[in-house]
Amino acid sequence: MLNLPFVIEILRMVHEWALAESIVRAVLDIMRERKLKTVLEVKIAIGQLQQIEIDIFRDALKEISEGTILKETKFSIEEEEAEFKCRNCGYTWKFSEIKESIKEDEAEAIHFIPELAHAIIRCPRCGSPDFIVVRGRGVRIVSLRGIT
Amino acid sequence: MMDPRISIIPERIKDVKRRIAIVSGKGGVGKTVLASLLALGLSSMGKIVGLLDLDFNGPSCHIVLGIPEDTSIKEEKGIIPPLFNGIRFMSLELFVKERALPLRGDDISNAIIELLAITRWGSLDYLIIDTPPGTSDELLDILRLIDGLETLIVTIPSKLALKTVSRLLNLLKMVNTNIIGIIENMSKGTDMVREFARREGIRYLGSIPYDEKLEEALGDVDALKRTSISESITTILHKIIGLKITR
Ligand SMILES: Nc1ncnc2c1ncn2[C@@H]1O[C@H](COP(=O)(O)OP(=O)(O)OP(=O)(O)O)[C@@H](O)[C@H]1O
Ligand SMILES: [Mg+2]
Ligand SMILES: [Zn+2]
Repeated sequence: MLNLPFVIEILRMVHEWALAESIVRAVLDIMRERKLKTVLEVKIAIGQLQQIEIDIFRDALKEISEGTILKETKFSIEEEEAEFKCRNCGYTWKFSEIKESIKEDEAEAIHFIPELAHAIIRCPRCGSPDFIVVRGRGVRIVSLRGIT
Repeated sequence: MMDPRISIIPERIKDVKRRIAIVSGKGGVGKTVLASLLALGLSSMGKIVGLLDLDFNGPSCHIVLGIPEDTSIKEEKGIIPPLFNGIRFMSLELFVKERALPLRGDDISNAIIELLAITRWGSLDYLIIDTPPGTSDELLDILRLIDGLETLIVTIPSKLALKTVSRLLNLLKMVNTNIIGIIENMSKGTDMVREFARREGIRYLGSIPYDEKLEEALGDVDALKRTSISESITTILHKIIGLKITR
């Protein structure tokens, strides 16, 4: 069972849970499509922009996969630094450079839907809201190792 | 590799019986007003209804229904859409408030996928989806992501509007959607739209008069229910409810 030390984390858990659920379902879908008997390892990248609590995400993955054929599967999680590029002036910058300037409710909105960053983040050089998230947006499956 | 979020979408809407997108060729024909009033009407009839505002550039269902912007969102292993006047409501507006949200193609798709992957609608009789005009990214995305999506076309009686509806129909007839029919808004009592529907082979669902009292009623659910628009919508809803859907 999940073991959450702080009540506050219960609130944060929920979104991580929804994303973990989507990973498990996607892996099960891939298994069916590729006719895999077992999945040994799933590599997952977590984009820094979405600010996922990795421990909570990992616990959710564990609990959700427990009741499935992915019980023994290893989920390797790596964090991916978020990087932006301005469409207007070409400047590129990292999330860590601007993180401090984002308010709590704004961070919460980005956590829900990373695209909301376009309503919040501006190019540090020219102030344009028209930028690309080059990498590190959200959760994705990088690779999967299985046996047919 | 594949996008895991897409895998969970069918699960999130599996207990939603009918999924209806309100679409149009031209902008400003009344989609948002009608989507909101259709949801309200269904709820008054005792149906369990959700309303999803997918017009990311100009979300405005919350203005029609008077949904306060400081609404807090409840999470429970995903997002539970807040309930207003019997309608489960979801819109990016709940997150961005008044801020501008300049999104381009891929960002729009990403935001829609995220929203559909994390929102727990629960069991609904109807999910009404407001969309931007024309063949927008938003419409293209839900046509591909929401299984069994039905489309309901809104138009005004004008050659200009009907031309754009023809173009939209060319798309809708190519993809996998059940076209419920067409609603004539701001009717002038002519048979232009009815004739158009007959030529195109789509159902004419009825007409809605121009109601100058609408402006004042915006944001006030009780006043909205008293407009002649709501009255016409009730008649149209009886037709829509009676239709047998095949998925
Ligand atoms: N039957 C009606 N009688 C009077 N006013 C109406 C009627 N239908 C719509 N309107 C008004 O027309 C304007 C456009 O309506 P609405 O915003 O619903 O159109 P829309 O199709 O959603 O526009 P967009 O394509 O920009 O999303 C609004 O000001 C609305 O109040
Ligand atoms: Mg609209
Ligand atoms: Zn710039």
